[in-house]
This record gives sequence, structure tokens and C-alpha cells, in this order.
Amino acid sequence: MNQDLRKLPKIIDHYPRKAESLIAVLQDIQKEYHYLPSEALKQTATALDVPLSKVLSVSTFYNAFSLYPRGERVIRICVGTTCHIRGARQIQEQLENRLNIKAGQTTPDLKYTLEVVNCVGACAMAPVVIVNGKYYGSVKVSDVKKLLRRG
Amino acid sequence: MRVQTPQDLQNLRRQCLAEQEKFPKRVLVCCGPGCLANGAAKIVEEFRRLLKKKRIKDFSVKALKETGCHGLCQQGPLVVIEPRGIFYTKVKVKHVEEIIERSIRNDEIVTDLLYTDPKTNRTIESYADIDFYSRQHRIALRNLGKISQYSIRDYITRDGYQALAKALTIMTPDQVIEEVTTSGLRGRGGAGFSTGRKWATCRKAEEQPHYVICNGDEGDPGAFMDRAIMEGDPHSVLEGMIICAFAVGSQDGYIYVREEYPLAVQNLQLAVDQANEYGFLGENILGTNFSFNIKISRGGGAFVCGESSALMKSVAGQVGEPRAKYVRSVLKGLFDKPTVLNNVESFANVPVVISEGGKQFATVGTSKSTGTKAFSLVGKVCNTGLIEVPMGTTLREIIYDIGGGIHNDRPFKAVQTGGPSGGCLPESKLDLPVDFDTLTEAGSMMGSGGMIVLDDHTCVVDLAKYFLSFLVEESCGKCIPCREGLYQLHRLAVNISEGTATEEDLEKMEKLSEMIVIGSLCGLGKSGPNPFLSTIRYFRDEYLAHIRDKHCPAGVCRELIRYEVIPEKCDGCMACISTCVVEAITGKKGEPHIIDQDKCDKCGACYAVCNRDAIKVI
Repeated sequence: MNQDLRKLPKIIDHYPRKAESLIAVLQDIQKEYHYLPSEALKQTATALDVPLSKVLSVSTFYNAFSLYPRGERVIRICVGTTCHIRGARQIQEQLENRLNIKAGQTTPDLKYTLEVVNCVGACAMAPVVIVNGKYYGSVKVSDVKKLLRRG
Repeated sequence: MRVQTPQDLQNLRRQCLAEQEKFPKRVLVCCGPGCLANGAAKIVEEFRRLLKKKRIKDFSVKALKETGCHGLCQQGPLVVIEPRGIFYTKVKVKHVEEIIERSIRNDEIVTDLLYTDPKTNRTIESYADIDFYSRQHRIALRNLGKISQYSIRDYITRDGYQALAKALTIMTPDQVIEEVTTSGLRGRGGAGFSTGRKWATCRKAEEQPHYVICNGDEGDPGAFMDRAIMEGDPHSVLEGMIICAFAVGSQDGYIYVREEYPLAVQNLQLAVDQANEYGFLGENILGTNFSFNIKISRGGGAFVCGESSALMKSVAGQVGEPRAKYVRSVLKGLFDKPTVLNNVESFANVPVVISEGGKQFATVGTSKSTGTKAFSLVGKVCNTGLIEVPMGTTLREIIYDIGGGIHNDRPFKAVQTGGPSGGCLPESKLDLPVDFDTLTEAGSMMGSGGMIVLDDHTCVVDLAKYFLSFLVEESCGKCIPCREGLYQLHRLAVNISEGTATEEDLEKMEKLSEMIVIGSLCGLGKSGPNPFLSTIRYFRDEYLAHIRDKHCPAGVCRELIRYEVIPEKCDGCMACISTCVVEAITGKKGEPHIIDQDKCDKCGACYAVCNRDAIKVI
């Protein structure tokens, strides 16, 4: 285990110790470590008295969770309907080709993670790309290089 | 400071208004999703920095407000100077100083930043006079863009929490339900179920406790009305929920918000804290013996959790799988207890219903669909943004009068409503009035309010394929007809787009669709084949063109098109060469380029970057 999990007890204790808190706890772990380390899943299961299989089931059901470490920079491409018809796929391919990974993957040097997201609700500015939480609207294929340099 | 009586609330309102009137000039910077994507945060920062430095007479920095979505996202970032309503568009950081000097220190207008009416080519000073706004009727969005998204006091100046005071002190729970029933308010999440009837059923349910949940899991791609309301006017949602809780006898409520909306979570939490502080939430609300608390529950990014029973499972920390609804969730909902679940926009309407009365509310809209509906008007339309119109407004009025027509003057092809479960309506349906029943009859649905306009460059086969792939991914997998059926439907749609399908495949798809509709438990599966069914209904020819002629009329489906350079137009700028990642384009600077068809993967990047229209799709 190469992750520093010292903050974990604090995250878990923030919520009542019952099964109902599972998603909220996992969200906070994801926020802290940018993924769900397997050791953290085990400790969560014990603390909330939920079978580990249930914890894993919830972790894989929701898109918000990742079981693998993510990159320093998370690039999310909105692929909602409006972004789709305004060229999100081209932006996605351009990013995939330039980073040499597919959406959902992380570069081997852990610098970039590329993700697609089903609509972030900024449809009026489609297509939208989000780099570490910062929104870029009306993105063009020719902006991708700049986006990578900046982000 | 907790407000104890309706009289306290009146006094507080007067106090808040007096504070506001002391400095009549206000600067409202739109911080909705669209404007934020265009740099609104930096504009706010610059205003704050300069206003502090300049210390303008009769102006307080407190009158600088960050508002929710103002509506006309296309022209953002937007800045409004009240009380005149001066409407500045496409504002950049460099303009801030000029705005301050001319419109805040003095009473002048920066003409260059005004909106220009594309029809008359004249500039318009106030947003109220722009077609986009003047043709709207705002109820659910009544405060958006007018108040600070962080301020309960601003909400109170706009008669906030007056409806709650009225309900709690001079009405009985039954009267509240009666009023909501009279208003004809129907669920704005898309199903259109009578809100009053839902509340009445919950109130009568014997089992205790009762819960109230607000569905803020706006999962339909292409829709952002609820996001805008939750971020920009969170108190209207809370007020609606508290009134509902009083009516149905509930002490605990939840707001379920999708995790893709971090700002909504933040603003709602702030609003809940403020409402607790002011005594609109918590114990003994407004000095009565009614108590109610609201918790915010963040979703995990699963589309199916917009479905009521799946959402309630998710609130309880479980995997969001819908259940069969032989017993409705209003009787057996959260933790198996009676639960009212309403959408964000429905709750935002409730205070108006109570203040004005159900009868008055029902005068807007049509007889079966009363009131208004908010839409996110997006896609290939000129004025993209957030709108609200009376039910019964025609699609044509929305797209042409408010939306300003199709972007770049291209021909209109279809309008997609209702998200993945909805459908596409062609030009022949443009004069249909928008209400719950008409759109369903026409083969689409109103849905939560996403309205995506398509032009001739959008391929309906590609769109159907897109939605089906979305649904395949989002199907929870519980019902086999949905999980496997949608998968097969998607596979066949892919075959059509690649030119390898036969006409019999279309028949197969129609049969399969029927089966999926019958064999699925929840709305996701039951309406899953809609993207195919509604497009085949109106655009069969386009499907046949793919199948028979191996041709994609819109020039979208990759396997059926190729890109070529038009040598007469190409000036050899090399923009396409540097964009092409498969290195399929060659040529020297200043000379026409050539695309190597064997190398080209038809991503369309060259087509998108060419400024001279020198690349054509064949």
C-alpha cells in the first residue's frame, strides 16, 4: 500500500456509522485521493458494517467513483447531447490521440486522466471541456493543443 | 436571528428593502454555468477590486451581486446595471473599468457592449426589451439573474418566504393541498403527474414518518434548468419543500443533487444553513409548532437515479436500481415510508401557487397543462440559453421568436425534446403547442425541459445511435429486455450508420423496441427505444439512404463519407495539417493541400478548423 491513508478515519467519522452513509463516505474518499484505494474500501466496509461486496458494488455502479489512481490533471469532456452535435467526439479523439490514451484512462506517468461525462449542464456553451474543475466553453478542435499546454 | 412571526418577516423584508434602496445602483454579474465557462468569475473579481479602490459616492460594494443564470448564455458573460436594467453582453475583464466609470459613477451607457438586435441592427439598452426576454413568462425562474445567489436577504426582498408564512399561519395542510390541486400544477420532471394528488395521497398515508425529497438529479443530457434554479435561486426550492412538508406532515427532507453540479450542492447547503439561521427550517418554524429539516444528498453520477425508486435507494446509500412499482413510492418510498418526490422546478413553482392562489396560477398555460415550463434551449439555434414560457407556446415561437432561428441560417431539421427518453420532431410539427399531452401524442415528450435544435448537419441515425449508446451504458442491468435489448438495438443502429444493415434490420428493430417497452420495469427501459422509434417515424428516408444508398445525407456517419480539399478555395494555411493527428494531409505553405484517403480516419478535425470552407464532405 503506497497511499497515505491517515486521513481515512476522519473521513469516515464525519458521517453516522450506518449503511446509509456509504455513498457520502466514498465520495469524500474519492475527493481526497482522486480514487478509491482498495484498503480504504476494506476499512469503510468494516466501519459502516457493510459487506465488502456491497461496497464494491456501489463503487462500480456510480460513475463518480474510480478504482484506479487518476492523473494530476483530470480532463473531462462533456459528451451530452448538445456537445455531441456540436463536435464533442472530435475533441475527444483529438485529446485521445494527443495523450495517447482512451477516455477513461490515465497516462502512464500519472499526469493526465481523460474522462467523458454525460452532460455538465453548460449546454449553451457546447462543446465543453473541464480541466481540473475549470470550464472551457465553445471549445474548437484547434483549441486542444492550447488546452493541454495550459492545463 | 430566527423569524418568529409573519409580522417579523414583514419587518425583515422592509429592512432588507431599505438596505437595498439606500444604494439604488446595483451591478449584477451573471455567474450561471454558461457565463462561468466564459470567464465571469474573473469579471466579478475585477469589479470587486476596482470598486473597492475607487470608492464611488452613493455606491456600496455590497451592491455587486453574483447572480444565477440570467438566460441569454449565448451573449455571455452578462452584466446588468440596475435599476435601469442596462444589459451588457460579452463583457471582458478589460471592459470593467469603463462600465464602472460610465454606468456606475455616471449615468451613461457603454453602447459597444449593448445587445444588437439581429433583425433591425439596432442596439437595445434593457434586457426587458429584447425579444429573447420579452416573449418569456417567468415563474419558476422569477428570481434568476435578479438576486445574489448567496443571499437569503435578497430572496426576502423578492417576497421570499411570504408564501410559507401564509401557509403556516392562515392555512391548514388540507387547504394547502387544495390550493396546489386547484392550480393544476403537474410534475415538471417530465412525468407530468398532478402534484396536488401526490401530496394528498402522502398526507393520507397512515404509516409514519413521511419524507419529502427534491429530485435534483438532472440527468438528461442537454438540460440545465434545474441546475440553474438550484444554483441561482436555491431558497425558492427550499420554500416549496417546506410548504410541501407542512402539507403532507413531514419532518425530514432530502435534496438529491447530482455530483456533476458541485456549485449547486454548495449553494443549496449555504441556503439550508441560512434558512436554519433565520428560522425557516429547524424546530418551530416561524414560531409555530411545525418543524422540518433538510439534508443534501449527493448523487453518484448514474442516470437511472433520476427514477424515483432508484433515487430513494441511492439516498439510502445503496446501488440505484429501480423496483417494480405495484405500490407507488408515495406510499412506500424512502426507507419504505410514504414519500413525496418532486422535481426542482415543481418545488420552485409552489410558493407562487400559494401566494397568488391556485386559480390565478391556472390562468397561465393551457387547461390541462397549467403554468409555465422552463427549457434549456440549445443546439444549433442562435440564442442558446435558459427560457421559460407559458404552456401551449408553439415550438416555432420558441425556436424562431425567442431562439432567433437556426444558427448560421441553416435549414431547420428537427427539435429533440425529453432527453434520451424523448424524441425528435420535424418541421411539420413546429406549430404544435408545447404541453405534456401534445408532445407525447406526437411521439416525443416534454421531459424535464431539454430542447435541442438540430440543423441539416445533424444525422438522425447518428443521434439515435448516440442516445442508445448512452442508455446502454446507463441501464442498471436489472431487466434483461432493457439491458440486452438496448444493446442489440444500438448494435443494429451502428450497422446502419456503417452502411452494413439491411431493410429487414429496420423491422427487427421495430419489433425489438416493442419488446423492450413491454418488458422493462422503469421509465428508462420503457422509453429506451424512443430515440429510434421517434426518428424512424419522421425520418425513415434518412435511414433508408444509409441502408440502400450507403449515403449519410447530413455528412456525419464516418463509414459513408470522405473529406476532400477544394483546391480553388484552399490557400495553403496549413491549419488542417497541424490538426490532423493521423498525418493524412500533405502540402506546402501557400499551395493547396491534399488528403490521403487511405490514411484519413474521417475525424473531421480538418473540416472544423478550416476557415475558408475549403474542405468538403462527400
